[in-house]
Amino acid sequence: MLELVTVSLLNGVVYGLLLFMLSSGLTLIFSMMGVLNFAHASLFMLGAYLSFQFGRWVGFWPALVVAPLVCGVVGAAIERYGLSRVHARGHVAEILFTFGLAYLIEELVTMVWGRNAVANAVPAVIDFPLFHVFGSTFPAYKGLMMLISLAMFAFLYLALKKTRIGLVIQAALTHPKMLSALGHDVPGVFVLVFAVGSALAGLAGVIGGFMLLTQPTLAHAIGPIVFVVVVVGGLGSLSGALIASMLIGILQTFAVAVDYSLLDLFRALGVIVSRGSPVYELLAIKLATAAPIVPYLLLVLMLIVRPRGLLGTRDV
Amino acid sequence: MNACTRRILALGFTIACLAGPAAADVKIAFIDPLSGGGAATGILAQKTHQFYIDAINAAGGLNGEKLELLSYDNKVNPQESLIQLKRALDEGARYVVQGNGSSVALAITDAVQKHNERNPGKEVLFLNYAAVDPALTNEKCNFWHFRFDADADMKMAALTDVIARDKKVQRVYLINQDYSFGKAVAAAANKMLAESRPDIKIVGDELHPLQKVNDFSPYVAKIKAAGADTVITGNWSNDMVLLIKAGKDAGLKVNWETYYGGSPGAVTAIGEAGVDALKQVSEWHRNAAPELDATVAAFSKRYPGKENEYAYWRAKTMWDMFAAAAKKAQSNDPVKVARAMEGMKMSTSLGEVEMRADNHQLLQPLFVSTLARNVKYDSEGSGLGWKTDAKVEGKATALPTTCKMERPK
Amino acid sequence: MSGATAAGEHGARSAVPGRRTWRLLAAVALLVALPYLPGFQSDFGRSLLTQMAIAAVFALSFNLLFGQTGLLSFGHAVYFGLGGYAAIGLMRAINHGLPLPMLAVPLAGAAGGLLAGAVFGAVTTRRAGTIFALISLGVGELVYAATFMLPGIFGGEEGITASRTRATVDFGFPLGSQLQVYYAVLLWTVAAALAMYAFTRTPAGRMCNAVRDNPERAEFIGYNTQRVRFIAFAMAGLFAGLAGGLHAINYEIVSADAVSAQRSGTVLIMAYIGGAAYFIGPILGAIVITWLQSSLSDYTSAWLLYLGVFFIVMILYAPSGLAGLIVMHRRVARPRALAGVLAAYGIALVPLALMAGGAILAIEMGYRLSTQPELGTRMRLLWMPLDAASPSPWIVAAVALVGGLLLFRAVVPVVASAWERAAARA
Repeated sequence: MLELVTVSLLNGVVYGLLLFMLSSGLTLIFSMMGVLNFAHASLFMLGAYLSFQFGRWVGFWPALVVAPLVCGVVGAAIERYGLSRVHARGHVAEILFTFGLAYLIEELVTMVWGRNAVANAVPAVIDFPLFHVFGSTFPAYKGLMMLISLAMFAFLYLALKKTRIGLVIQAALTHPKMLSALGHDVPGVFVLVFAVGSALAGLAGVIGGFMLLTQPTLAHAIGPIVFVVVVVGGLGSLSGALIASMLIGILQTFAVAVDYSLLDLFRALGVIVSRGSPVYELLAIKLATAAPIVPYLLLVLMLIVRPRGLLGTRDV
Repeated sequence: MNACTRRILALGFTIACLAGPAAADVKIAFIDPLSGGGAATGILAQKTHQFYIDAINAAGGLNGEKLELLSYDNKVNPQESLIQLKRALDEGARYVVQGNGSSVALAITDAVQKHNERNPGKEVLFLNYAAVDPALTNEKCNFWHFRFDADADMKMAALTDVIARDKKVQRVYLINQDYSFGKAVAAAANKMLAESRPDIKIVGDELHPLQKVNDFSPYVAKIKAAGADTVITGNWSNDMVLLIKAGKDAGLKVNWETYYGGSPGAVTAIGEAGVDALKQVSEWHRNAAPELDATVAAFSKRYPGKENEYAYWRAKTMWDMFAAAAKKAQSNDPVKVARAMEGMKMSTSLGEVEMRADNHQLLQPLFVSTLARNVKYDSEGSGLGWKTDAKVEGKATALPTTCKMERPK
Repeated sequence: MSGATAAGEHGARSAVPGRRTWRLLAAVALLVALPYLPGFQSDFGRSLLTQMAIAAVFALSFNLLFGQTGLLSFGHAVYFGLGGYAAIGLMRAINHGLPLPMLAVPLAGAAGGLLAGAVFGAVTTRRAGTIFALISLGVGELVYAATFMLPGIFGGEEGITASRTRATVDFGFPLGSQLQVYYAVLLWTVAAALAMYAFTRTPAGRMCNAVRDNPERAEFIGYNTQRVRFIAFAMAGLFAGLAGGLHAINYEIVSADAVSAQRSGTVLIMAYIGGAAYFIGPILGAIVITWLQSSLSDYTSAWLLYLGVFFIVMILYAPSGLAGLIVMHRRVARPRALAGVLAAYGIALVPLALMAGGAILAIEMGYRLSTQPELGTRMRLLWMPLDAASPSPWIVAAVALVGGLLLFRAVVPVVASAWERAAARA
């Protein structure tokens, strides 16, 4: 039991930090520009593919730097040449644009690398057991991922709160016109924010590409959960995103370990539900089977009860 | 504007649609996953079927007519598959080949039966090369469906025979995909283990969503916590590879008794950790016979590369039998070919095979094999390959059937 | 249908059918005759028409939310799918002896969609805008996952099948062949389209527009915006469920795919590309996208990429959709004015063709190399044979693309001035 709890906690934290890595960029973009970037998971996928390709050409460590840079440049281009035209037409148009972009990136990736999963194996340099816990090994690349994830958090937190450019970005969020009147280049700020957000997604993709299978459907597989994290965590809040990702990661991992259902709970309380009852099947669902929908339940609940999220500073 | 627009559009479509499908040839529709989680398996299968169809064409075709393979992506989705089936039928296909996704196979066999009832004279046959839900040759059997892979129960019987003889196996964990096939595997494992080794304790019976789990670490943690020494799983494609990967990452030391341990990528994922631990039940593996059949070399020449490693021996059996049936019937008409194929016996380099007339299930030899070092032919360039533990002859794989087949007059 | 007024709209109804009614009748007559026109006489052609009709109803129902009420939903397929499940349930009951005609099955779909719309709408319409979009996404994923977790109700992975021919009564209207299915679907499609159009003309429909344009003002004149949105949501659910019922009849199977995020995304693209600001827009979008999905995939494996590019281009440069483009050209439909515009288009066509040609060449070669390498590198683009492994076609593609782009940018002012002249003349 202790083994299961410890290992599950560890797995949950790892998964949560992966989600944070993925959603930190989206939090930045959504909070700063109000743009719900559907293409964020696609940039994550692009980062995974680029790290695979560059890894083949120049090795893992250079790829770790180059892949996010390329994603950042792509993000800057998207904002500068595409999204900026759409800002004036409101959030709906922005969402639709990034939605179309997601389709586009998925197909471009297919065009270059094919439909099969690419052999994006963990590089030998980080493929060794870092430590043992209760007989299970904890691979080093997961440790690297945790490190990078926490480093992202620290970087973003410090950059936003302590640097001048961070203050400018925060001001652009709430008072873009005033900021513009003061002489700051607001469109330029937006390009910067989008570029950094995309670069973060790319960096997440480098590591995420080893943990998950690098194939064109990767964005579809991980995309929706990222939105959950950003919304549950709260808009405008980096700490909220971290807490939300850890919450979801741990909840989902623990849920898989629980083989009980509401039916068992009722039975323990002395309430017997007959097999013929229409809700029987619903109550008989084991928590382990329901684990994949835990994030979405959380999303819907949060949006109904507290739309600004856990630590959100502003409403959507 | 309403009518005007519609007229213009209608005209445009008329012109576009006039470029319709070509005529002649025997058209064969291949409806399997060509994208997404099942793509690795589906694309490899497509190449295999194309290879054998080209071989038939090179030898003069089927009763003089050339075969043409039309491919459709089913995305492992029954509804999408039926849409593709409709397209295939509209484009003139008389034979449907499918295997990946028993859920899809169930939908197709139902749709084919309806189509044949409503369109006498335009019947279509369903050649199933990989969907192994037992229902397809039992309660859901029909005359138009022929299965060329041993069903889940037959394979479990072979696996449990080998497990039963291994006294070291004490605690078994079942993990499968939550759909018809996965549930069939779990049910068969429970039943057959109870019969042959009642002392074995089944410490877990897990069903996970099909092709949706990205990270199997929580499941691996459960397997560990349950203290299992053996894991039985029917997982295939991504689900197999990711499960194995998570197991290796966590240093899980169990016997992996699998149906699809030979899935592209699985051997690479497990590596050395799989030696003497990863086992599979299959109708062939690279070391099943002393020498590799010439077909393997020819296939590898045409499709080089690790991801194209030959895997579908049963496809060869299927096309050989199909060609022989068409020759025997002296016709390419599906009904005549079907009648000729029922009950047909053939000799292959691995043993005798027979297409049962009562439920259209092929009986062929099955091998239970383990990953080992120092074998003649390795897999995926890993230096590791399969070694036979046991071989079950075709006839011995037969199981009783509940099929009540209605035959056309 | 949008904008143009006809006799009989205001005040007393005229005894003589107006111009608009004649147009409608002509359109319906065309639709009835369509399966007999050359090109549509095969099962494939008729099947395509049926798919277009179903998609049209679905897209129109989506637009009740999006275009009419300003609610962007990423989970509209939920109501389509739940309606479909309700319908296939009724079909199974009919298969087992219930004495209803198959033709009535879409009503079950509509009922299912309405129920689902009412239940989910009560909770989700409290907010609009981005929150609504996110909730719809979450609800969509929830329902999709639930269909797998409740196999007793939803049939699990395999879905639920039924037969459209096994019925005890059919009133002489069986649904055996694709042709019969087409007419049944057409009947319901025309009825649904008319009903939805009628809804947009009711006070409720008009209030939906008001809530879309200025919710604060709508509140000020005394309307509860949440209630208005709820009504729109329920109506949209009803018609989406109806489309789901038609789908159940056409395919005889409903599985989790019917409520998937992919389907929600497709209907959104249809409504937007067609033109969400016009009633007929989604119909156009449904026809075009269905055709692209069916037929373009026969010619190229890159069709989804082309669709993505098409969508993005529309968002950037033609946000009012295909219907908007048609209306825009209708305004300059006087012969002299139009000639100038057409001439400018002719000039712009050359760089456009160059650009498109270069892009298509590169894309097709890329797809061939990455997804079908075993077919070799020799291939044909239309009539031209080429070798994708050699550098020359790539250089040609790059030059065409870049050159075309530069030329196109030079030509844009010409087109713009032609439009100005045309607008002045019209």
